[in-house]
Amino acid sequence: MRKISYAAAIVEALRQSMAEDPRVSLVGSYVLGLGPKRVLMDQIRAEFPDRIFDPPTSEAAIVSLGAGAAMAGARPFVDIGTASFTYVAWSPLVNEAAVACYMSGGSQRVPVVYHMLHGLRGGGAAQHSHSPQAMLWNAAGLELVLPSSPYDVKGLIRSAIKSDNPTLVVNHARLMDIEGDVPVDDYEIQLGRGDIKRRGRDATVIATSFIVQTALSAAEQLAKEGIETEVVDPRTLVPLDRELILDSVKRTGRLVVADETNLSCGIASELSAIVAEHGFKSLRAPILRVTRPDIPTPFSKPLEDAITPTAERICAAVRQVVAWK
Amino acid sequence: MPLDRKTSLSIFERMLMIRHFEEAVIDLYRQKKFVSHYHLYIGQEATGAAVLEALNEADLVCTTHRNHGHIIGRGCNPMRALAEILGRVDGFNGGRSGTLHISDRSRGFLSTSAIVGGCAGLATGAAFGIKSKRESNVAVGFFGDGALEEGLVIESFNIAALWKLPVLYVCENNSAGAIGPQQGGYPTAISAAQSFTQLPAAYGIETVKVDGADMQAVHMAAKTAIDRCRRGAGPVFIEAVTLRWPGSSPLWPEAATTTDMRAAWEPSRMSGPHVDWLRNHDPLLRAARELISAGHASEQEILAQDEAARARIAAAATDAMESPFPSPSTVTSHVFHSARSG
Repeated sequence: MRKISYAAAIVEALRQSMAEDPRVSLVGSYVLGLGPKRVLMDQIRAEFPDRIFDPPTSEAAIVSLGAGAAMAGARPFVDIGTASFTYVAWSPLVNEAAVACYMSGGSQRVPVVYHMLHGLRGGGAAQHSHSPQAMLWNAAGLELVLPSSPYDVKGLIRSAIKSDNPTLVVNHARLMDIEGDVPVDDYEIQLGRGDIKRRGRDATVIATSFIVQTALSAAEQLAKEGIETEVVDPRTLVPLDRELILDSVKRTGRLVVADETNLSCGIASELSAIVAEHGFKSLRAPILRVTRPDIPTPFSKPLEDAITPTAERICAAVRQVVAWK
Repeated sequence: MPLDRKTSLSIFERMLMIRHFEEAVIDLYRQKKFVSHYHLYIGQEATGAAVLEALNEADLVCTTHRNHGHIIGRGCNPMRALAEILGRVDGFNGGRSGTLHISDRSRGFLSTSAIVGGCAGLATGAAFGIKSKRESNVAVGFFGDGALEEGLVIESFNIAALWKLPVLYVCENNSAGAIGPQQGGYPTAISAAQSFTQLPAAYGIETVKVDGADMQAVHMAAKTAIDRCRRGAGPVFIEAVTLRWPGSSPLWPEAATTTDMRAAWEPSRMSGPHVDWLRNHDPLLRAARELISAGHASEQEILAQDEAARARIAAAATDAMESPFPSPSTVTSHVFHSARSG
């Protein structure tokens, strides 16, 4: 199959969505960040010059604008940029977009997509390295999409734009350059449908976004040691594919959850709680979490490295659950 | 009234230190001594240097991701600033901040915010703190023209005006001459406002627009503004306009120009694609010419001062490179202030 970059897969999904549905517009043209890959967006700029808008640096206003436009029947794709900037737009996101459908008794739909780049990126320090998906998960009413591969990002963005709900597409800055198989033809990945990225009988590792890639490296390493790790990628947290997770743990009996949100009240905490509650009988070892500690992100490289969930840390956790008697 | 010799030379010294500091940063990045996107102050030296010259030691300063010029222009230790950019233990912030958030609390710098507009709110708060303690110092918030696109900044203007807070907003408008994304460039100001000064003026804030490369004009405007703040007459907004430095890509600047001080009076030494910027807009070369024509310094004196600043920065860079990285075991320190951090 044809291999393209994650960034190119995003552009393909956006282009197809805009070609198919004239209600789709793009607010923010730096969806791919400000790195060299940004030029891939020129194609969309050339093809849909009147449907791509460069907004001012006004996160609160563009998030609110996206929600309002969606309520009025448009389907905007709004780029917030670095995920840390989402906090500037917290009120329109959490107080407006997330609750409008419920508050209206189901009469108001909010088909907006918000896009952001999260995560540790190397030197981003405390204000450019956030992973706000756990907090966003805590704001009921938002769909949360975390694609981990070029194939997934294309199919998931197609579905996110078609969703009638406010949907956050949370991409990782470090995923943009990775290459993978992506069909030329159009396809969608249903939200709420997870994916087993690698099969294994000894332990399950659940991960999302860039950490799926980290977990796959860890699984490679562990395989050399004779430990077969199953890597489960829920792909979307809201809606969540609980069946896939519980089914995997039923087969392996051992679980590590690896994630880039903080330890406390993070993605790993919630997923662990779900398995503890609903899959307790399957567990043959305590669940371990590999996450970031509860501290702001430091700039200095050895300090940033010290808080990064790495393949080595995932390997160590898997060895520990596998060794548990 | 023209600037006196002492003030002129002091501003020029700050400018020299900033320029050579930034050139050292470019050099260290090229040598891959740090990883990050970073923002330089080249082209805006006259603004920062001339405003900082007008401050007292007790005044408070809030700055942004483009903070190097304010830190060095205030006279903070360049070795510690470079060590911070390199993520070393002797950096002002122990390697926690890097280039984006350098602050030196001992010289009045509060938290340096890389969130666009963040510093305007903090500076307004600092002024509220000053006023509530009945002190006579002022707070200065430096930010770019893009900050005026953020609601927080506009909301802060309203509060500062309502409560007559002693805050000086210095909007460094560096969008003049920039290429926007439509032409394949990077983001620049996106505002429907025809004049940035109209925004604070709508709240009754005193405003002034100056040529940001004119050290005399900036210094006079800042002095007048700070006097007004100290008198309790309320906030002031200065818009300082600078033509964008040609090396200034927003994330990874390139040394499109390196400073050749003699070019100030020997235009034939200027060449290359950026000759117009060098000839007409480089604030450092312009300041050198102004010092000479005012009779404040000779060419030789300027060259000697330039050389001394270069040497100080070179020594700072050497020392910064010798500073070790912080130990990973300290990564959890400073989440809370010492009374609470375990």
